[in-house]
Amino acid sequence: MEVGCGSGYVITSLMLMLGGEANGAQFIATDMNPHAITVTRETMEAHGVHAELINTDIASGLESRLAGSVDLLVVNPPYVPTPEDEVGREGIASAWAGGENGRSVIDKILPVADKLLSERGWLYMVTLTANNPSQICRQMTKKGYASRIVVQRSTEEESLHIIKFWRDVNIEVEANNGVTNSKAGILDSVRSQIQRLSFWGSSDINTSTD
Amino acid sequence: MRLLTHNMLSSNIKGVTNGFPLRIEVEKVVEKQVEINHDFLRNIFPKIDWKAFSDASRIMGYNELPEEPPEPSVLESDVEFLGKFHHALLELHLEEGALLCPETGRKFPVSKGIPNMLLLEDEV
Repeated sequence: MEVGCGSGYVITSLMLMLGGEANGAQFIATDMNPHAITVTRETMEAHGVHAELINTDIASGLESRLAGSVDLLVVNPPYVPTPEDEVGREGIASAWAGGENGRSVIDKILPVADKLLSERGWLYMVTLTANNPSQICRQMTKKGYASRIVVQRSTEEESLHIIKFWRDVNIEVEANNGVTNSKAGILDSVRSQIQRLSFWGSSDINTSTD
Repeated sequence: MRLLTHNMLSSNIKGVTNGFPLRIEVEKVVEKQVEINHDFLRNIFPKIDWKAFSDASRIMGYNELPEEPPEPSVLESDVEFLGKFHHALLELHLEEGALLCPETGRKFPVSKGIPNMLLLEDEV
């Protein structure tokens, strides 16, 4: 599922990567902007893929029936710090306007994501350094999510992180017991370090300036 | 809009307690074939509100589904049934029409297969 599909680039890429509906997956994309929905439909058609599209605010209308059902959620939110009154206006600015620290819409999306994600569900979200991604991760830890920055990239104008969130039973238990590490936790941490090293080996995550 | 999606949508209007299922008003139905996946059907079946789904399929012009939900064992062995389930769930699209809040009657338009669930300020 994608919240805020915009041009349709991400949901279309995701479907092409995952083999679309051929592997028995269902795809849904939402956007508040009806023009974005139209363009997304055209982008998908141009690439021979299909997702269900809904013109709505985040996941409004889907939340109660789809709760606990989404295995993969991707979000490229309006993350740019702007004045609060620019958030959610009609028109193209709603694609980037994120209010104070660029967090207005992100902070609305996260509880919805928590509701929609299945037990094994993953959330990938784009953030700016200005959004305070570490604080977002800490907030999500309290709800039982592990997190990891999977890609980091800087341009002249933006320093972007893609954060992956997933439910981790250990974390929730640790938070309740006030224990910050366990044997399982250490092994997981080592495992993720190794994964990170091999990921770095196979692609470039370094700064690029244009 | 597929009936799978319809089965996942409920009225998001403030104060509405009985927002599911949305009543379907049909203007245009389109059929689009898609490859059947038995595993998917078996996995999604427990999440489907069968009554809402079978009622909706009849409104869309398809009368092959039973009113009562099938026993899960039917999904294991009855290939013919799986075909009908698949067809109604994934191949029937409401292209033009509306979805109505069961409590308030408010219409959510469906255009080019896309439902518009955006609320007005006083409905949020």
